[in-house]
Amino acid sequence: MEECGDTNITLREFGCEQSLLSRPDGSSSFMQGDTSVLAGVYGPAEVKVSKEIYDRATLEVVIQPKVGLSSVRERLQEQSVRETCEAALLASLHPRSSLTLVLQLLHDDGSLLSCYLNAACMALMDAGLPMSCLFCGVTCAVNAEGQIITDPSAAQEKESRALMTFAVESTEHRVIMSSTRGSFSVHELQQCIAVSQKASEKIFQFYRDSVRRRYSKIL
Amino acid sequence: MAAGFKTAEPLEYHRSFLKENCRPDGRELAEFRTTTLNIGSISTADGSALVKVGNTTVICGIKAELTNPTVEAPSKGYIVPNVDLPPLCSSRFRPGPPGEQAQAASQFIADVIESSDVIQTEDLCIERGKLCWVLYCDIMCLDYDGNLLDACIIALLAALKNTQLPEVTIKPEACTPEVNLEKRNGLLIHKHPVGTSFCVFDNSILIVDPTAEEEGLSSAHFTVVTDEGDRLCSVHKPGGTALSGEKLQECISRATARQREIQKLIDKVIQSVKAAE
Repeated sequence: MEECGDTNITLREFGCEQSLLSRPDGSSSFMQGDTSVLAGVYGPAEVKVSKEIYDRATLEVVIQPKVGLSSVRERLQEQSVRETCEAALLASLHPRSSLTLVLQLLHDDGSLLSCYLNAACMALMDAGLPMSCLFCGVTCAVNAEGQIITDPSAAQEKESRALMTFAVESTEHRVIMSSTRGSFSVHELQQCIAVSQKASEKIFQFYRDSVRRRYSKIL
Repeated sequence: MAAGFKTAEPLEYHRSFLKENCRPDGRELAEFRTTTLNIGSISTADGSALVKVGNTTVICGIKAELTNPTVEAPSKGYIVPNVDLPPLCSSRFRPGPPGEQAQAASQFIADVIESSDVIQTEDLCIERGKLCWVLYCDIMCLDYDGNLLDACIIALLAALKNTQLPEVTIKPEACTPEVNLEKRNGLLIHKHPVGTSFCVFDNSILIVDPTAEEEGLSSAHFTVVTDEGDRLCSVHKPGGTALSGEKLQECISRATARQREIQKLIDKVIQSVKAAE
């Protein structure tokens, strides 16, 4: 894989708060620039018989848009977020139980899917659910000049020729999820993966810092 | 004995085959099931195609209707794909409103159409701001045996290539469109996107074109869509176990080879239909 020329990856300002809701077992709000998502996790709880899986927990992901009902687009995002969480969660430790993750969109200013993933990971962490690794979402936009922009805003997304979102896991920085829009070459894909893996280190550092800050207040 | 083993320990059963680099149905790991294609199967639709990938059967019908373009894009028509998974195709689907898989597949097909530029929506415009075509692409699965997305994309592409739109003229004095059903023109297909799906077993073994059984037992599945210019239109991996860069490269090469095969198949079928006429 080729080394990317641009080593200083710029992400917008990140913000995160955990345990801000009282009812869910875990909650978080995640901000990337102006994009903001609120996440809540319920579980492990009793599961409906029709959804019961005998050897692991059933995870349900619900994405709520800002206005109106969720549409077909949200279904595809829900599927991606759910299968990413399932890859990280040790669901076999809670067989025949249900986990529900609700993601409420507060404001969309680009890189939405990656913000959903980050909010989801922080909420799962807050709920204290056992996970084999952490994960984060990184969105890369390739603009008309072929430059790669990480964590693009809505305006940058609109101008881009290709948009890719990856979920990267924390242990070996490998890609668990990928979702793309627009057409691109194999070389561009590999470059974007390399950039996302680098950016993920920054995001995991942010995770660590925000959790540390939170526990330094409590203890 | 083998049947009992398969029922009791399905994953172990598959592993014992994969260890020998083959699969329970006799295929190699990177081998597709036989793909057959029939176009123009629905005479009442403007374009249609029936695809079989092994047992998986998908039919696509395209209906064109005249409508007003949206205010945001006055010089564009639009395409509305819909994937239907009726209870007929597998016991896993219940009657009622479309489930998550059907909705996610519909959105995926819509994304592929948009990303690949298979049809430029400008071509569907008849008069700017006044009249355009809307193509309803209804894709229905008749038999579900895995690898739905690949079959859907082939069915859609073949049906689009088969679509004949009647000529429309607008009478300037009355401002009413006049449809000439006698004279029909084919759609302009800019790109030929073809999907290739993979499944990952035990975090390392990659298999191509999974059956429904293999899909259920695998730890991850993903789809790569490429066009004839070797550009990627979609790398869709909804989750599951992580994948290394080398493996991904391997999959992309397999996908490009598959694109060539399918494009050749579609061209051949279209040729033979023309010859029969």
